[in-house]
Amino acid sequence: MIELRDVSKIYQVGEERVRALDHASLHIAPHEFVSIIGPSGSGKSTLMNIIGCLDVADGGTYLLDGIPIESYSENALALVRNRKIGFVFQNFNLIAKLSAEENVELPLIYQKVGRAERQQRVSEALERVGLSRRARHLPTELSGGQQQRVAIARALVTRPSLILADEPTGNLDSKTGREIMDMFRELHDQGNTIVLITHDNDIARQAKRIVHIHDGHLSEVTV
Amino acid sequence: MIQSFKMALRSISGNRMRAALTMLGIIIGVMALVVLVSLVNGATSSVTDAVSGLGSSMLTVTVSDSKGKPLDLATLSDWEEQYGELGPIAASTAATAVGKYGGSNATMTLYGVTPAYFQVEGLTMSMGRWLRSADLDNGSYVCVVNETAAEELVGYTDCVGEEISLNGVKYTVVGVLGNNDDSLTAVFTSNSKVAYIPYTSLIRLSDSVSREIGSFSVGAAEGRTLEDAETRMQELLMERFDGDEDAFDLSSQNVLEDAMSSITSVLTILLGGIAAISLIVGGIGIMNIMLVTVTERTREIGIRKAIGASRGSILMQFLMEAVVLCMLGCALGIFCSWSILRLVSAAVSGLSLRFELNGGVVWVSVIFCFMIGVIFGLYPANKAAKMKPIDALHYGG
Repeated sequence: MIELRDVSKIYQVGEERVRALDHASLHIAPHEFVSIIGPSGSGKSTLMNIIGCLDVADGGTYLLDGIPIESYSENALALVRNRKIGFVFQNFNLIAKLSAEENVELPLIYQKVGRAERQQRVSEALERVGLSRRARHLPTELSGGQQQRVAIARALVTRPSLILADEPTGNLDSKTGREIMDMFRELHDQGNTIVLITHDNDIARQAKRIVHIHDGHLSEVTV
Repeated sequence: MIQSFKMALRSISGNRMRAALTMLGIIIGVMALVVLVSLVNGATSSVTDAVSGLGSSMLTVTVSDSKGKPLDLATLSDWEEQYGELGPIAASTAATAVGKYGGSNATMTLYGVTPAYFQVEGLTMSMGRWLRSADLDNGSYVCVVNETAAEELVGYTDCVGEEISLNGVKYTVVGVLGNNDDSLTAVFTSNSKVAYIPYTSLIRLSDSVSREIGSFSVGAAEGRTLEDAETRMQELLMERFDGDEDAFDLSSQNVLEDAMSSITSVLTILLGGIAAISLIVGGIGIMNIMLVTVTERTREIGIRKAIGASRGSILMQFLMEAVVLCMLGCALGIFCSWSILRLVSAAVSGLSLRFELNGGVVWVSVIFCFMIGVIFGLYPANKAAKMKPIDALHYGG
């Protein structure tokens, strides 16, 4: 499913070269629920960008569903993000001017899915996150938890191979955070592959498998 | 395509005030273009109408070198009968004479004419009659005077039947011409004292006038164009004067119209050019705002890219927004122009001027606006499309 082999990423910060990822290797099988935990500056954002095809590695190989990613053009990466990956961000990243259902619809528009099918899949996705009745509301009219659920619906609607969540509970109070985590577990039970990136041990522990990242090195933690 | 059009409409309607201010440049530019060109065209067409109303269906021939084969009245009437293209031929020659009536006398312009002169020059009678063929054949001592001559020499307009003396020879006044604004000849002579007498009569009266005809006018026959008549006349004169183009001069009043239209086309291009510059300035305004919009929406661009928007679809979205802004501005500008032209037409309705929206310039402005939208939208849209998704996502937090 996800296969990282000796992946490196180096940033040039002024005079200094920073190794954000240092020969990192990771294998994630289908239907796994993995959390990647590390303090800030550990390279977890870089890892997430590479897994999410938002950025390409400087060295090593990355196979997503058996396809090597590093040689892809910008548009090909956009296509991979569109079809295979569903993102859930810490700050929700919804488009403020679009209603909940329009936000969820957007990836399908870029997939050029027909109008009737789009509507059906959007209402299915919103139903799964329990927001059917707020479909026409703008993000500013929704609570934080509701906004994150819209974002999850947007990630689900394309039926991606992988759901990639970056600190999904970071901006939520603990009760709402728990609800969101319950939702991720539920999605995992339904067979979705989920990679969760966090700095919070309590959140990380809810996954079946925990990978620790420190100074660009990855290490497995067994619970 | 349709999706990006919808997105563009949403984004514009989400920011109405800014959109309206941005479009203002385009609106003013389009208005300048459409209104100015339409006004010039309206003015031109009414002036051209007026000029062509002045007996434009007329050719004037002047002979400068008769090569021993002078034209006389008989030749002209032969031509008139023989060739179907030619309408009535009016020969005329001018002389000055001293006119006397009772105690008053005055210097007058005397025209020796043929009866066709009346029709060709587009004259009108105020009272009495015009000269007849019989007058010409007999060289009768009859004359037609214009109103100025009647008033200043005789003392009153209704002078039909009076006898005036021209260079000492008595002539009976048979008619008085009316003032006619539609006749170039009538307009030009309205301030001088003019008498028309049969051509043959003038030959006898004046030493300087011979049987040889120096100049004449001819119109086209009914149902034929002036060009037909011009071609035929050119042919006849070339034959007559041994193929020497310099022996005669053939001109029509179309020359006047040609000059008019070249002046107005220069004016149209000039004004259109100035208006086009203001449209380009409007386009720069659009580019400015689009650049601001792109920067403002960097995060949105990042989000769209993260969920799979390609470079092309981002480019299309922002380009479409610029083009839609331009086209909306264009439509509003055309509507405002239409209203202004209606108002102007209503305001000057007494002057028999008509200003209408010129279809050609409307199309030109639509195409021009579209081009401006594309050209000035391309740079900001490309800037948006080139953004890297991670940078855009983390822009400003």
